[in-house]
Amino acid sequence: MGRIKIIFWFLICLFGNHLWAGTITVCNSCEVKSIKKGIAVAADFDTILIKKGTYREFNIQVTKPLTIIGENYPVIDGEDKGEIMTIVSNNVTIDGLFIINVGTSYTADYAAIRVVQSENFLIQNVVLEKLFFGIYLEKSKNGKVYHNKIIGDAVDEYNSGNGIQLWYSQNIVVERNIVQHVRDGIYLEFSDNITIENNISSDNLRYGLHFMFSNDDIYKDNTFENNGAGVAVMFSKRIKMLGNTFKKNWGTTSFGVLLKEINDAELTGNTFEDNTVGISIEGSNRIIYSKNNFIRNGWAIKVRGACYTNTFIHNNFMYNSFDLAYNSNLNDNIFEENYWSGYTGYDLDRNGTGDIPYRPVKLFSYIVNRTPETIILLRSLFMDIIDFSEKVSPVFTLDELVDAKPLMKKIK
Amino acid sequence: MIQVENLHKKFGKNVVLAELELHIDQGGIFAVLGPNGSGKTTLIKTVLGMVLPNKGTISVMDSSVRDKWKYRQDINYLPQIANFPGNLKVKELIAMIKDIRQKPSDELKLIGLFGLESFLDKKLSNLSGGTKQKVNIVLAFMFNSPLIILDEPTNGLDPLALIRLKELIFEEKAKGKTFLITSHIMQFVEEVSDQIVYLLEGKIYFKGSIEELKTKTGQSNFEHAIAAISTHNNHD
Amino acid sequence: MPLRLYQPTTIMIKILKYSFYDLMRSRWSYVYFLFYLLLGFVLLFLNNELSKAVITLMNVIIVLVPLIGIIFGVMYYYNSKEFTELLLAQPIKRSSIFLGQYFGVAGSLTVSLVLGLGIPFILYGLFQSNAIWDFSLLLITGAFLTLIFTAVAFNIALANENKIKGFGYAVLAWLFLAVIYDGLFLMSLIVFEDYPLDNLSLIATMFNPIDLSRTLILLKLDISALLGYTGAIFKQFFGTNLGLFMSIFMLFLWTIIPIWRLGYVSKRKDF
Repeated sequence: MGRIKIIFWFLICLFGNHLWAGTITVCNSCEVKSIKKGIAVAADFDTILIKKGTYREFNIQVTKPLTIIGENYPVIDGEDKGEIMTIVSNNVTIDGLFIINVGTSYTADYAAIRVVQSENFLIQNVVLEKLFFGIYLEKSKNGKVYHNKIIGDAVDEYNSGNGIQLWYSQNIVVERNIVQHVRDGIYLEFSDNITIENNISSDNLRYGLHFMFSNDDIYKDNTFENNGAGVAVMFSKRIKMLGNTFKKNWGTTSFGVLLKEINDAELTGNTFEDNTVGISIEGSNRIIYSKNNFIRNGWAIKVRGACYTNTFIHNNFMYNSFDLAYNSNLNDNIFEENYWSGYTGYDLDRNGTGDIPYRPVKLFSYIVNRTPETIILLRSLFMDIIDFSEKVSPVFTLDELVDAKPLMKKIK
Repeated sequence: MIQVENLHKKFGKNVVLAELELHIDQGGIFAVLGPNGSGKTTLIKTVLGMVLPNKGTISVMDSSVRDKWKYRQDINYLPQIANFPGNLKVKELIAMIKDIRQKPSDELKLIGLFGLESFLDKKLSNLSGGTKQKVNIVLAFMFNSPLIILDEPTNGLDPLALIRLKELIFEEKAKGKTFLITSHIMQFVEEVSDQIVYLLEGKIYFKGSIEELKTKTGQSNFEHAIAAISTHNNHD
Repeated sequence: MPLRLYQPTTIMIKILKYSFYDLMRSRWSYVYFLFYLLLGFVLLFLNNELSKAVITLMNVIIVLVPLIGIIFGVMYYYNSKEFTELLLAQPIKRSSIFLGQYFGVAGSLTVSLVLGLGIPFILYGLFQSNAIWDFSLLLITGAFLTLIFTAVAFNIALANENKIKGFGYAVLAWLFLAVIYDGLFLMSLIVFEDYPLDNLSLIATMFNPIDLSRTLILLKLDISALLGYTGAIFKQFFGTNLGLFMSIFMLFLWTIIPIWRLGYVSKRKDF
């Protein structure tokens, strides 16, 4: 039903533009000098063309289905007075604007562009700077946020907003955006069937991507780099995380991905590089982790307990300080056919998997879990010696936590 | 030349020198003798400042040696064991000591005297014990100092070198230098020394010329005189 | 003819120079140099990436450099005993002799280390790599460890006339600082795990030059975040430059104190 609706509206827009709609030009020397005026005089499905220049306006209400296009990135300066554009109509396209100086408030979440209870919108090629919230989608559907650039200047969490926020929204594509220096790069709450693809979210104060109570979403091929704490996925179901890169989330409480109360998810082909913790898992069940690369993380994976039926298969674990920290029972989680750079066994029968099992939890990892201060002995000779003796005859670590078929060569 | 007063030295509980008094005037050859463990080397080393006394004072040429090092500019010393850094060549070692002492030296004459020319480019680790001792002698004699201390100078020397060494000693003595020599070769001692300083149990037991020693012990043979002075004490 | 005596420092530098030349020509310096050269090439060949090789190298440096420094120092001291006696009879201040010899040994060991590891890494494109700072820190730490453990070796040798005893104590000292200390450290952390341990463990680290070097390198190799995971004090220490400065300062102290003691003890010793 949704799809038919989109096509229907698309046709209307297409024909509307060509057959009936006119173009209203806004510029400093034109008859229409402000965007607000342009919207007021426009008929449904008109195009408003904003010429290059600076427009000091805020609280622009887009109440009709319009296409608002900027030519050579006209600047819309909100002068820190409040929200800049609010879309309350279906079928609105915003394209090519440079929006700056969104007002900051402790009581209202002012956004550069807010979409309220609308459908079939497209926001693209927009550049946002000096913002509070960037693009805020509220109870909206069937839209696309494409190829925007959001550069914030957030310093403290309490008085900064998120780059792209989705709240109670459905069927939305967020693609090829760049989000930097805001609180959360992309934030989702109660939003289902969302696709987040090819975005770059970096240098944000809190999370690169933050998921809460959102189901059936996909995020793939995004890069999350140098954020306060990577990506947090919480209280959600059936999430697919594919081919993302999680990099340099270094910080004392930082991680690549935090999975908390997540069920039936899939993590495939992601790369976790230089994070304090690659994946931190808590109370998550029936998740398949495959073909991920864990490179040079402090801990590749930290399993905190209450996790059942998780499968770790065909992953590469390379040069992590600790491959795995595990502070509960093994339960029915499975580690199999992964490549571990720390594996020193042999493959005499030449079947590609090592002949002796690999124990991903080192004694030191176990000790650090118990007494965190012992981390100060990382890489000391004494630790290497006791790790070795534990490897030879396990006493403290979980006997059954092994990869029985460690791969000899890493997965390409 | 050397004044030693009330010198005490203990190594642990072992008393090596006790209330030792010794006055050595300028000029002449003094042989320091005594049985093994009588403190000969310790005495020499306290004069050199290598061993620090527990009590007493030592002065060399009228100045106290305690915590001083410059006075050693006036002393040439030949250590007992000739062992040098193995990777240095002979000429480098000589150059180095010259470099450290910054004094005029006539090593060329001495090198010729002991026939060391062909060894100058050899590493010290490749030299025989006797050749090393010759190098040792060159180092000890090449500077012009008023006091020369020789610890077992005859070690490992061939007869020719021994003759050269004696000639050298007499030559330097003629210039008015003072020698302090230890040796266990009594024939050598008898030939070169003017005065005998006999140490026993950390004290000077006898000091005087060879003649005086012979008279005191009633022996005509020097070697027997030395033997007698030791046994005499043993029967005390 | 007036005597022109050199100042003690000038003499010390002369002795340093001669000891250094002596050592640079000895077989052991080459063995040491070739060992590091080989190690550098093998590590780079196996890892094929500079930054990874740097981490592996750290493990080697904090274990082997102290061992080699302490053994070599003791060995040199005993081997050059007679030569030392020759020098003692020369018009030279005692501390000049021992400090000169010490710096000669430590210097030649450092040169072997820096060249032995530097050459393969430079050939593999160190200057084009951003691992250059980590690598430099590694070499600086290695140099510090050489200075510290050679000084400790001289102290041990000065206190022991008996060669066998001296070697025994040297190996024991190494074993203690490299392994046993960390074992006791770990046990005390586990035993007292109910108490706040941050300060205790930082102090314990400061008292062992090997642990100190290890944390200094770890700090720079970006594992600081990992260390800071534990609590506010670690975070403050390892997360800021405080840790870096403190560690370097303590390494200085660790270098200066045994060297000072070397001068002090040598002045009061009989030879």
